[in-house]
Amino acid sequence: MHAADTPKSFQEIILRLQAYWASKGCAVLQPYDMEVGAGTFHPATTLRALGSQPWAAAYVQPSRRPTDGRYGENPNRLQHYYQYQVIIKPSPPDLQALYLGSLEAIGIDLALHDVRFVEDDWESPTLGAWGLGWEVWCDGMEVSQFTYFQQVGGHDCHPVSGELTYGLERLAMYVLGIDHVMDMPFNDPGAPIPLSYGDIFRQTEEEYSRHNFDHATTEMLLRHFEDAEAECARLLQAPEEDPKMHRRIVMAHPAYDQCIKASHFFNLLDARGVISVTERQAYIGRVRALAKMCADAFVTTPAATGEAA
Amino acid sequence: MPDLLIELFSEEIPARMQARAAEDLKKRVTDGLVEAGLTYAHAGAFATPRRLTLTLEGLLARSPDMREERKGPKVDAPEKAIEGFCRGAGVARADLEERDDKKGRVFFAVIEKPGRPAAEIVAEVLEDTIRNFPWPKSMRWGSGSLRWVRPLHRILCILMGDAGEAEVVPLDVDGIRAGDVTEGHRFMAPEPFSVTSFEDYTAKLKRAKVVLDANERAETIWNDATNAAFAAGMEVVADPGLLAEVAGLVEWPVVLMGQIDAAFLDLPPEVLQTSMKEHQKFFSVKNPKTGRIERFVTVANRETADHGRTILAGNQKVLAARLADAKFFWENDLRVARDDKMQPWLTQLENVTFHNKLGSQKTRIDRIAALAREIAPEVGADADLAEQAARVAKADLSSEMVYEFPELQGLMGRYYSDAAGLPAEVAAACEEHYAPLGPSDAVPTGPVSVAVALADKLDTLAGFWAIDEKPTGSKDPFALRRAALGVIRLVLENGLTLRLSHWIKRAFDPTSLQGVAADKRGTVEDWAEVAAPFLEVDWEPLAQVFHDALARHFDDRAALEDFFRERLKAMGARNADKWNKTVFVLVYFTIIERDTITAPDLLAFVHDRLKVYLKGEGIRHDVIDASLAMQGSDDITLLVKRARALQEVLETEDGENLVQGFKRANNILTQAEEKDGVEYSFGANPKLAETDAERALFAALEAADARIRPAMQAEDFPAAMAAMAEIRPALDAFFEAVQVNTDNDIVRRNRLNMLSQIRTTCLQVADLTRLDG
Repeated sequence: MHAADTPKSFQEIILRLQAYWASKGCAVLQPYDMEVGAGTFHPATTLRALGSQPWAAAYVQPSRRPTDGRYGENPNRLQHYYQYQVIIKPSPPDLQALYLGSLEAIGIDLALHDVRFVEDDWESPTLGAWGLGWEVWCDGMEVSQFTYFQQVGGHDCHPVSGELTYGLERLAMYVLGIDHVMDMPFNDPGAPIPLSYGDIFRQTEEEYSRHNFDHATTEMLLRHFEDAEAECARLLQAPEEDPKMHRRIVMAHPAYDQCIKASHFFNLLDARGVISVTERQAYIGRVRALAKMCADAFVTTPAATGEAA
Repeated sequence: MPDLLIELFSEEIPARMQARAAEDLKKRVTDGLVEAGLTYAHAGAFATPRRLTLTLEGLLARSPDMREERKGPKVDAPEKAIEGFCRGAGVARADLEERDDKKGRVFFAVIEKPGRPAAEIVAEVLEDTIRNFPWPKSMRWGSGSLRWVRPLHRILCILMGDAGEAEVVPLDVDGIRAGDVTEGHRFMAPEPFSVTSFEDYTAKLKRAKVVLDANERAETIWNDATNAAFAAGMEVVADPGLLAEVAGLVEWPVVLMGQIDAAFLDLPPEVLQTSMKEHQKFFSVKNPKTGRIERFVTVANRETADHGRTILAGNQKVLAARLADAKFFWENDLRVARDDKMQPWLTQLENVTFHNKLGSQKTRIDRIAALAREIAPEVGADADLAEQAARVAKADLSSEMVYEFPELQGLMGRYYSDAAGLPAEVAAACEEHYAPLGPSDAVPTGPVSVAVALADKLDTLAGFWAIDEKPTGSKDPFALRRAALGVIRLVLENGLTLRLSHWIKRAFDPTSLQGVAADKRGTVEDWAEVAAPFLEVDWEPLAQVFHDALARHFDDRAALEDFFRERLKAMGARNADKWNKTVFVLVYFTIIERDTITAPDLLAFVHDRLKVYLKGEGIRHDVIDASLAMQGSDDITLLVKRARALQEVLETEDGENLVQGFKRANNILTQAEEKDGVEYSFGANPKLAETDAERALFAALEAADARIRPAMQAEDFPAAMAAMAEIRPALDAFFEAVQVNTDNDIVRRNRLNMLSQIRTTCLQVADLTRLDG
């Protein structure tokens, strides 16, 4: 790669990843329209990793981790950030090579850098999911998570999905040579109106940090958590046969939305510091129970089995 | 004789699993081959991040032919029996031979197993090895069902004949066909190539930028790192674990040395080292002039056109970000330590669960502090300091630095206690109370550290014993064996005289007794008085039940429960079956259970660990048993003194013979006592001695006793044992000349009384009857 190939902005890196994975046959999806803690929560990953049907998707997912808020002051910690997520089922034999191609596509010259696959097994206690893989290091920096899903929602994955997660800000800062995330050019610095990451997010980071740590109403969050939990179970208990349409319509996705909500409320409660260590495990267990119910439901639906409805 | 080369080429194998996997490959394949009759001369196993390799030299070309004859049923046996025999032997009915036997004519099956070519056997054994490989964790990938540590891409499996021709072993495991092809370095030489022998394989790999042998990679790394450091007037901090790990992360090691930004040089060296090692797998490089860690060594997996400049710059940047975090934690923590004396951390520990049945870290600290205070005088520590140290010893668990680097627990406590202006002994105890962590770890000697270390370990042991979470087999999730060994080494290496059984009982958590504080626990009678009205019985017989239960020394809970139920029923107690609903009875039950079941069981566990420890020190197990059988054996310093003295004397001829003489005396005496139904402990009268041998033994005994008494008083066991050993010649001469059981009853009894004296004398240091042989 030549210097001319180095991207100029955060968004160019995203666009290049989109173009690259589109060229490799992935459906380029849009972010899920809910608050999630990581790209894995998008139903395109969590649910689609289940069942027998082939799948290939790539998308940006805005992610929220309320406890990571630093009022926009920390050079690399944000309560709202972007993940780039690729999921392909069954995992192709050349997934590592495909992944390395994506690094070249965003301007990382593999002849000059030291890319390593270092053991890192992935587990999501809230999703009842785990897999084996690596964190990928570039010159000692973790640039991606590379996982072969083995289980989701308590179900064995068969076939196995290969999942790639790029922490976009960190990766982009590395490629662009930026030390503080807020200084990173979001669009082309030569554009008539150049915007930095800070122009767009410094204020929101500040506002949300204050909100997450000190002002989100905990009683309301607790109530919402319980509502979401109850709603999730209720939706899945509804008779499978829809009386209006006279066919089987299992509401796996709407139920899963409630699971996502419960998870986010839990994260906010955690940031508010009202969850003790012992309770923490109990809450995680409750969200996992929801994820498991949703997975149980999803695997019976056409998207998982491939049978016509 | 052919050679065999196997390579299993996969995506990156976790570094920590590689060495073991290479050994497992070797073991499984060679075991399988040998079992099938294929022996070999030499085997070698290797691992890199992407491959497991096995080379075998001097393999048999075929397994040997086998011929087996099996005797079957008689020719006139029922047809079913004959059919069954044919099935079992795998021969056709027509192929059976009839032969004469002692019992008549019987069938014989002759089973011929012709030898098979090596390739066939290798294919079977390798497939079986791949399918059943003992990875600590394995996975599936794609649409297949094969499991491997990460996706398996290639199987190289060739047999090389004497003429040098290489033959691919025909094998297909879930669509992966064996071949003679492998690949080089992922980035520097990715082209596949084929190989014809092990020498060809290693040479081509090296050309393709892969060093096959992990030891060679580690050596290269270590040499290059120390050379680079030396050139800069510095030295690399040795870390064999890290070296092995890093050697498992690269196929082509390239050492690069970089600078640590001056802004971070004031961090504690342990923090620099841990942060660099844990997060980045960097070696620390020390400047001997300043004593500080000023540089780092990172190991890249490739050469580059810019000689690693880009790679080093990247690593340096990542390190700076990491150390900025560490510095942030350090400064925040120091503020809490200096300004608030660590109090906020202690408050936080109220919400941290230690174990869900054993309460929070805070309640644990309260227990340890109380215990440390009590133990302090026994170990020469100031009680206030010991309690203070125990109270802050775990405070650093709430610090940001320890949250990030759990392995720095204790050490950070020391820094923060210093920062809080606490006494030096307290700061030292924060670090040292975890020690000793292993058999070779140093034992603290400062009295305050010793008090807290003992209290911490005793609390852990008693706690997990109380909730019945004892180690079983290879499982010891709470490291209780380590804790017990820690107690043993703390006591022995500090020469402490502690009554272990007392401290173990004391360590059992009073709060587990249904919330009854220790000082509220009165006598048996007090408890009986409170409990009696609930059972509608008189308190005196109830107190008797408690006393009896204590005296019975139950060794299991169910038996103790049954005892309670029966006795209460007999007393006509109301709800005799539901006695355990009566909290007061239950509390006392718990006390009895603790004193008669749990605490002795824990003491026995500590004794077991002591045996293991002393065996490691070369002390015979029967010597340990003989010493353990003595009164006061829960003072393990005393016990070990006894054991060492006994062991020492047993290594001399006099000692060994004394034991034989003692045993002979003891046998004669025991038999006589059993037969006569008396104990001959009246003391012997020298005037009744008939022979010179008897008189000499009297004199020897007297002389020995005069020396043994003061030696025992001074607990000088070697001197006591040496004095005993001197009885030996007189004792031998006595048995030579004298028949103990004579017809003269007075003389006989006198002799038996003398043997009894010998027994008493000889049993003072250890129970010699428990010695082998």
